[in-house]
Amino acid sequence: MLELKDISKYYNPGTINEMCLFHDFNLKVEKGEFLSIVGSNGSGKTSLLNIICGSIPLDRGAIIINDTDITKKPEYKRIRNIGRVFQNPAMGTCPSMTILENLSLADNKGKSFHLGRGTDKKRIDYYRESLKVLGLGLEDKLDITVGSLSGGQRQALALLMTTITPIEFLILDEHTAALDPKTAETIMELTDRIVKEKALTTIMVTHNLRYAIEYGSRLLMFHKGEAVIDKKGKEKEELKIEDILGKFNEISIECGN
Amino acid sequence: MAYILQTIIDIATGVLEEGLVYAILAFGVYITYKILDFPDLSVDGTFPLGGAVAAVLILKGVNPVLTLLFAFIAGTLAGTLTGIIHVKFKVRDLLSGIIMMTALYSINLRIAGRSNVAIFDKDTIFENAFLKKLVPEAVKPYETLIILLFIALFMKLLLDFYMKTKSGYLLRAVGDNEVLVTSLAKDKGTVKIVGLALANGLVALSGCIYTQKSGFFEISSGTGSIVIGLASVIIGINLFRRKEKVKATTAVIIGTIIYKACVSIAIAIGLSPSDMKLITAVLFLAILILSNDRKRKVNSRA
Repeated sequence: MLELKDISKYYNPGTINEMCLFHDFNLKVEKGEFLSIVGSNGSGKTSLLNIICGSIPLDRGAIIINDTDITKKPEYKRIRNIGRVFQNPAMGTCPSMTILENLSLADNKGKSFHLGRGTDKKRIDYYRESLKVLGLGLEDKLDITVGSLSGGQRQALALLMTTITPIEFLILDEHTAALDPKTAETIMELTDRIVKEKALTTIMVTHNLRYAIEYGSRLLMFHKGEAVIDKKGKEKEELKIEDILGKFNEISIECGN
Repeated sequence: MAYILQTIIDIATGVLEEGLVYAILAFGVYITYKILDFPDLSVDGTFPLGGAVAAVLILKGVNPVLTLLFAFIAGTLAGTLTGIIHVKFKVRDLLSGIIMMTALYSINLRIAGRSNVAIFDKDTIFENAFLKKLVPEAVKPYETLIILLFIALFMKLLLDFYMKTKSGYLLRAVGDNEVLVTSLAKDKGTVKIVGLALANGLVALSGCIYTQKSGFFEISSGTGSIVIGLASVIIGINLFRRKEKVKATTAVIIGTIIYKACVSIAIAIGLSPSDMKLITAVLFLAILILSNDRKRKVNSRA
């Protein structure tokens, strides 16, 4: 379970440009929940993910994972049981290393990076199988450097790398936004399958209202650091795009988008 | 005719020897510049650091082979400090190197005791009683070259091996995409420090070998070593850019030899050795312009 308690975040504090993004914001994500977050630009969606992962510091409040306060933990320690996929497919892979080397790196998360052999030969078959599931033909390209792959292929690989080790939380930061519609669809289906298979507690930020409606068990709409819509369970299942589109237009117009 | 041939062989041997000594320095620069994307100027200080350590220990009667190890360790310490200045105190990469380079000048003088230390009459890895017995007369002119070849190849294989370990993977990852290193639950700062330590260890090792080969330590021997290293790395890497089968370490060795050959040619056609730094600078500029490596890697992540 992930809990944000009375968190506050200001940008440019003490200056004329001071902006309050979150003020005593609270959020509880239950184990196994698949939370989709939508909202206008600057509403605090990505900042929220950054705060959870520790990429940006918090001004006030606490972040609690399974009853442990992790507010003071540095990013690299927090991320141990969190997997994160970024909007930019390049962020989740190493371009100058091969697919095999990338997977080997990812497979070693949480363990020691010592002077043993970088790639465990016994795992190669497993990697090949996992790549086959993606249906992109990557299983035959193990020794190709990732830099020569397309954005969609890279993002699929990044998703696989993020979930190859046991994690508890999956953070998806507009992870389909940089892809063409067809590839985005493939990645989204893949995401859903992995989330279900591994029973991951997931937080997905997206600009695609349809994805937010179609996937996930809970939907939040953000506006100025507050959740203006929060639907889960049966309410979420019955939710249609039209239901949230009105509210979305309203807040977007207010922001001048 | 025989005289000319002999001269050519002598020059070639000299070039190869110099190239192999500096190849080890270039390995270090390869790690910082190419892998970590960190322009590390501490190299200008760690090269003579290795030399100072070698000179002093050899004068004290320490086994010359052991001095290689001590020089390497001294270099890793200096590299670690550069890393700590950069990572923990958040000083910019270029400035961290400059700070370390400046500090090392005095440290090297402290270690060596003065700015020139001669070790001509002492045992070195190139001249000792053991080798005198072992090496037949006919091979003598190439003795130094053979020893250097052995050391350079050994270091190359060691580095190749390291790059294939888990630790090596992580080092390559941090220069490639440091966000991923964080995602792997590793502190990217620590990985950078390890890389800088390793790189400067290699540079000091190179300085140690250089001093033993030339028979004396000289405080200013480090000036410009970063440029030599960068030029060698850039020549090597660009020459074999499209040949994926050629390992980067091999490319770096060949790059260093080519670079040293260029300098040697410049001197052969009449430039004086005092023009050395000017030759170095002009050559480096030419290499940068030709290789198109001068642009910051702005879009490499996209």
